[in-house]
Amino acid sequence: MGKEKAKSGSLARRPDNSAFKQQRLPAWSPMLTANTVLPFFYFMSLICMLLGVWLLLTVQSTQEIKVDYTHAGECNVCFEIRKNMSNAGESCICTVEFSIEKPFKGDVFFYYGLQNFHQNLRRYMDSRDDAQMVGWKENLKNPSIYCEPFKKDQNGLPIAPCGAVANSIFNDSFTLTYIDSSGTEHKVPLLRRGITWYTDKNVKFRNPKVDNLTLAQVFEGTTKPLYWQKPVYELDPHQATNNGFINDDLIVWMREAAFPNFKKLYGILYRANKPFTKGLPAGNYKIEISYNFPVQYFRGRKQVVLTTLTWFGGQNHFLPIAYLVTSSLILLIAVVLTVVWLKFGKNGKNMEE
Amino acid sequence: MTHFVSHVSAEEERRVRANDREYNEKFQYASNCIMTSKYNIITFLPVNLFEQFQEVANTYFLFLLILQLIPQISSLSWFTTIVPLALVLSITAVKDATDDYFRHKSDNQVNNRQSQVLIRGSLQNEKWMNVRVGDIIKLENNQFVAADLLLLSSSEPHGLCYIETAELDGETNMKVRQSVSVTSELGDPNNLASFDGEVVCEPPNNKLDRFCGTLYWRDKKYTLTNQNMLLRGCVLRNTEACYGLVIFAGPDTKLMQNSGRTKFKRTSIDRLMNTLVLWIFGFLVCMGVILAVGNAVWEREVGSLFQSYLPWDPPVDNFLFSAFLSFWSYVIILNTVVPISLYVSVEVIRLGHSYFINWDQQMFCSQCNTAAEARTTTLNEELGQVEYIFSDKTGTLTQNIMSFNKCSINGQTYGEVTDPLGPQPKRLDFTPFNPLADPDFCFYDDTLLESVKVGDLHTHEFFRLLSLCHTVMSEEKSEGELVYKAQSPDEGALVTAARNFGFVFRSRTPGTITTIEMGRPVTYTLLAILDFNNIRKRMSVIVRNPEGKIRLYCKGADTVLLERLHPCNHELMNITSDHLNEYAADGLRTLALAYRDLSEDEWEAWSASHRCADKATDCREDRLAAAYEQIEQDMMLLGATAIEDKLQEGVPETIAVLSLANIKIWVLTGDKQETAVNIGYSCKMLTDDMTEVFIISGHTVQSVRQELRSEHVNGTGGGEGKQLQCPPPPPPPPPPPPSNLMDNISGEFALIINGHSLAHALEADMETEFVSTACACKAVICCRVTPLQKAQVVELIKKHKKAVTLAIGDGANDVSMIKSAHIGVGISGQEGIQAVLASDYSFSQFRFLQRLLLVHGRWSYLRMCRFLCYFFYKNFAFTMVHFWFGFFCGFSAQTVYDQYFITLYNIVYTSLPVLAMGIFDQDVPDQRSLEYPKLYEPGQLNLLFNKKEFFICIAQGIYTSVVLFFVPYAVLSDATQSNGVPLADYQTFAVTTATALVIVVSVQITLDTGFWTVINHVFVWGSLGSYFTIMFALHSQTLFRIFPNQFHFVGSAQSTLLQPVVWLTIALATAICIVPVLAFRFLKLDLKPQLSDTVRYTQLVRQKKRKPGRLGARGGSRRSGYAFAHQEGFGELITSGKNMRLSSLALATFASRHSSSWIDTLRRKKHTHAHTPPTGAETAVKITYY
Repeated sequence: MGKEKAKSGSLARRPDNSAFKQQRLPAWSPMLTANTVLPFFYFMSLICMLLGVWLLLTVQSTQEIKVDYTHAGECNVCFEIRKNMSNAGESCICTVEFSIEKPFKGDVFFYYGLQNFHQNLRRYMDSRDDAQMVGWKENLKNPSIYCEPFKKDQNGLPIAPCGAVANSIFNDSFTLTYIDSSGTEHKVPLLRRGITWYTDKNVKFRNPKVDNLTLAQVFEGTTKPLYWQKPVYELDPHQATNNGFINDDLIVWMREAAFPNFKKLYGILYRANKPFTKGLPAGNYKIEISYNFPVQYFRGRKQVVLTTLTWFGGQNHFLPIAYLVTSSLILLIAVVLTVVWLKFGKNGKNMEE
Repeated sequence: MTHFVSHVSAEEERRVRANDREYNEKFQYASNCIMTSKYNIITFLPVNLFEQFQEVANTYFLFLLILQLIPQISSLSWFTTIVPLALVLSITAVKDATDDYFRHKSDNQVNNRQSQVLIRGSLQNEKWMNVRVGDIIKLENNQFVAADLLLLSSSEPHGLCYIETAELDGETNMKVRQSVSVTSELGDPNNLASFDGEVVCEPPNNKLDRFCGTLYWRDKKYTLTNQNMLLRGCVLRNTEACYGLVIFAGPDTKLMQNSGRTKFKRTSIDRLMNTLVLWIFGFLVCMGVILAVGNAVWEREVGSLFQSYLPWDPPVDNFLFSAFLSFWSYVIILNTVVPISLYVSVEVIRLGHSYFINWDQQMFCSQCNTAAEARTTTLNEELGQVEYIFSDKTGTLTQNIMSFNKCSINGQTYGEVTDPLGPQPKRLDFTPFNPLADPDFCFYDDTLLESVKVGDLHTHEFFRLLSLCHTVMSEEKSEGELVYKAQSPDEGALVTAARNFGFVFRSRTPGTITTIEMGRPVTYTLLAILDFNNIRKRMSVIVRNPEGKIRLYCKGADTVLLERLHPCNHELMNITSDHLNEYAADGLRTLALAYRDLSEDEWEAWSASHRCADKATDCREDRLAAAYEQIEQDMMLLGATAIEDKLQEGVPETIAVLSLANIKIWVLTGDKQETAVNIGYSCKMLTDDMTEVFIISGHTVQSVRQELRSEHVNGTGGGEGKQLQCPPPPPPPPPPPPSNLMDNISGEFALIINGHSLAHALEADMETEFVSTACACKAVICCRVTPLQKAQVVELIKKHKKAVTLAIGDGANDVSMIKSAHIGVGISGQEGIQAVLASDYSFSQFRFLQRLLLVHGRWSYLRMCRFLCYFFYKNFAFTMVHFWFGFFCGFSAQTVYDQYFITLYNIVYTSLPVLAMGIFDQDVPDQRSLEYPKLYEPGQLNLLFNKKEFFICIAQGIYTSVVLFFVPYAVLSDATQSNGVPLADYQTFAVTTATALVIVVSVQITLDTGFWTVINHVFVWGSLGSYFTIMFALHSQTLFRIFPNQFHFVGSAQSTLLQPVVWLTIALATAICIVPVLAFRFLKLDLKPQLSDTVRYTQLVRQKKRKPGRLGARGGSRRSGYAFAHQEGFGELITSGKNMRLSSLALATFASRHSSSWIDTLRRKKHTHAHTPPTGAETAVKITYY
């Protein structure tokens, strides 16, 4: 048909009569009428309210306790020791006590928290070499330029893992002990594995190919980061497979926090044995801390967080409250709009009549 | 390119010696090669890049790119800038290259035209571009003149030749040029080859109607005037051949000098956008400074303490330097508030709109098989803001076809109104009655033919007058096939009418006129032609019929003629007068016809006094006029004619609709005042309801000033003291219609100004006065204006009114106006395509203008505004999140999002939905915008996108960014996954914010889109889909395995998006962002609906279609249509016999059936057998002319 048209002389250059070209495509032109907008607002308000209430109930069912141990109790001593850089090698152990009123039911998660520690500085975040940590041999020996000044040590040996992030790893360790009503101390068993993202553990961090060598041999020719006490292949003395770049604590640390106050997962309560099968019982607890990480330089604080979870995650009051507030605001707006519409609404009709 | 060698820049005078190239080369005059193109292959890249980088935006992005290459401040990878920049530069370069290619092609085409140059005594074919100043070239009939020539000799007697100057000034009547008598004798090439005269003349200028120079030859001086010149762009007509000496060539020719410089046109939105972009830069710098200060404070307070974990970069040794670097880093990050994709998107949208214009079937003219064409793609939205239209007349408003429409003979009116609704009346067939009839002639009233057939004396005398009283020349190409060469189309129409009604004007000699009256050849002795001029407004002939009776036939403007009738005509005069009024009300041009019998004595007496006056040396004109006056008395009225200057289809309707849309229309024409006024009336620009029509036609500064002032006073003071000079006074103003109060106060005024007065009015000290007067008038008509004046008028309005102007025209004389207006529209009609080439839009009918403006322009404007609002909104929402994050990341210029997201956000994730909106959106359908021209007003008032709207968008964007940052911050900083892993890590935060952002802006575009076609759906959903797809791909293991350092977000997408908390966060943020917008829009719609909202609302209600126009004024004022494009002097030319060919003079004595011109034609055919120029071929030549 088109060809025939093209041939027929005087209309040869006539534009096609297609809906697209003539801008007549079938279309839907919605308009904000009272019939659609007002019910929508009420509906939104209702939804938000329901969500808010549900979330609030959920959040209420979780329990959380935070213990700041920066210079609490005997940790003050350690705090003072860490003030001096020259004492870096010296170990310092302190204990912090606290009690739980109500038992923590279900899975209990143990976090360490840092305040005022900026993992989100641009240069800090860039200062790592993912290629090295995924086990690329060439990057192991010759880390990325981004790792400067933590790329090589004074002797010119490449650092593994390189960069500011790895260098500043949080190296306090904790032992949680439950003191029951009889005064008996039960060491609270913590699972120190499975605290990372699946992809981190299995994709993002890999050790260099071992090929019959020991990990130590693979890392030969590299040196440990400046602030570390142990080389990367000896991070976990208890479990050989948790060493090198795939060490859980390292992976957790390497996932940089978005804000200066953050917490990171340290361990999960192992509930196989009594008295922890149902969670943490109420009572007194103490934490034995190997106090290594200095925070006084940057006026930081350190804390330990214990919490239970729901499907929704930990204790987080903001979201339910925000939903409730939003819901009431929408309701308010809806009411105002309804009144305005009823009283003054022109309904788009009486223009220039 | 020889043209590059610029000739003497400040030429004082020009010396040209004929046939002496060596001599002329000393002066380095420009050659005849024209070059309108900008680049060649070698210069293209550097020149084009240089031009592109003159764009502030491009330079800015280049600067950003350089910044990003500095490692200390590069907060983003270089590819986030270079990819879009390269894209933009290459798209623009390709476009420029294509444009220039076509310019090259057209230049080449023109430059390579052949012309015959006399070189060393022989004629040689040369290309136009090789013609030099001082060459003598030969022109043949219907050829274009290649350069500005001094006419040396012509094949016609007395060195006369005829030219058509349509390309030059738009006038389609023929003009006569005559060579200086000494050179006219140099008939053949041999004589011309030895011609060595030297011309000294003025330097190149753009004055079309003036030339002064002197020819020195054989120790004698001859004065040269414009009468001796043939200008480039003219076409030789009715002249077998002529020779001319090239005086000005190529760029120096008057045509090129008049064509003005091509200006790069920008729309007001463009300018606003540039201003806004500058403001945004300012804003950017402010943000940068704030963040840099923050960085300084932070580095001093915290960063310095944090140094053990993150030492400062080597060049940084204190917090101030760090702040300095941080400033630049933030400039890079925040640059996305002005994304480069803005410019690309704007171009794409405009391109889309241009295609819609090209594709519009309703702007396709099936008669001439041309569709509308948007020749530039940069001005579309400006079409929605036009306030002033400057229109050419001939060929634009009118078809330039005159048709004999009605007549009144002895108190009886003939000629039916063709009623468009009723049955089409039958067209009269003249052939059985009159073999010599012109087959193209249309007339619909057979009573007139009957009257002729029954031999009504008055009717016969009426047509006899028409066949005798004129200055038309006839040519008989073959037996019975007469061709009339009329000076003005009006006269042609009248003579043709007489011819069809059996009074065929056949041929003339200086002393006789031969006609065939009702099949019988009659030869009248032509005693005198009392020629037309502007003051007399009439012409007469005195003839002696074969019986020996002497009779004076007179036709002229009714006002002049009716005063000179014999008193016994009183009754007839009243009836005819009524008819004339009727005709005038229909917009027809009228003429009254009368005769007077003269006795032999009266003739002798008058003849003597006439001869005496003719010979007088002083005040010859006045004396002649007095002599004419003396005899044109006591005439007997025969009747009146009404000629229709055929308007183009739909012109009055279009003008009415456009005026309703508050667009002011000015007509600028090179034509006569009377013609222009007539057209003004017939296209309803001028109406008899108007309080007053001012006419300014003073010749001196003082008189013009005085006229302007008095009219200003009248205009404001209520209209007393009529200033009307030339046209007949309008009837007393009818009682003002009680409808509109505004109209009663101000009254409706129209201004008509003449070219020479305009020249004074445009002088600096009178400008403002003129503008204020003219703008107070509803209609303005400028007549007798030169092409340059047209441009000046446009410039004047641009300067004083800050309004968007549109110029529409069809001829070469409109080019300068088309180029200087904001928007130039070319009518692709018969007058060549010069105007089209210079225009921004072209189509073939004036009436398409309403669709172009009210539909396409309006939509374009609306779409562009909506696009810009949304675009700024989405980029502020996107970018400002970084600003808030700065307060949490130690002002370290850490971005919130993944760098790929930053790169792709504007190009991929959000570009298509907004493009779809920018291209396809419609608020009301096209028919509605034509029905309610008021819908056009928001564009003129610039309501949809201005600084206020911009700030609203920005505010909305910033609000969104606040929500998008702080909601995820508040939620995530304390949240954990259901398996206990905290959600507060950077990558989760980045993914959450980015997803929320994409969703919020997508919801926003769904709110903004008013017209959901399939494409919109596909684009909106597709963009969302592509966001998730691309994100999952970028966060996939595969890419990470290959480039671990580049794709370190591995696994973030799935880990984040599986969390219900994240989705609850996104939903909350979306609700908080959208609800206020929705509420606000609903309120606005509810309380202050715009007209478009109302129209939309009442869309379904069938409305009675309003028919604009055709509210014809009753009892119209009479307007003389005498000799509209007529020129004085033709009568003299005829009686002197100058324009008669020798052969025809010789053969005239025969006065037989074998007309002279028939033989003449035969002779000519022998000579130049290749030359049979049908009109089709002419247009073909014209099309290629540049």
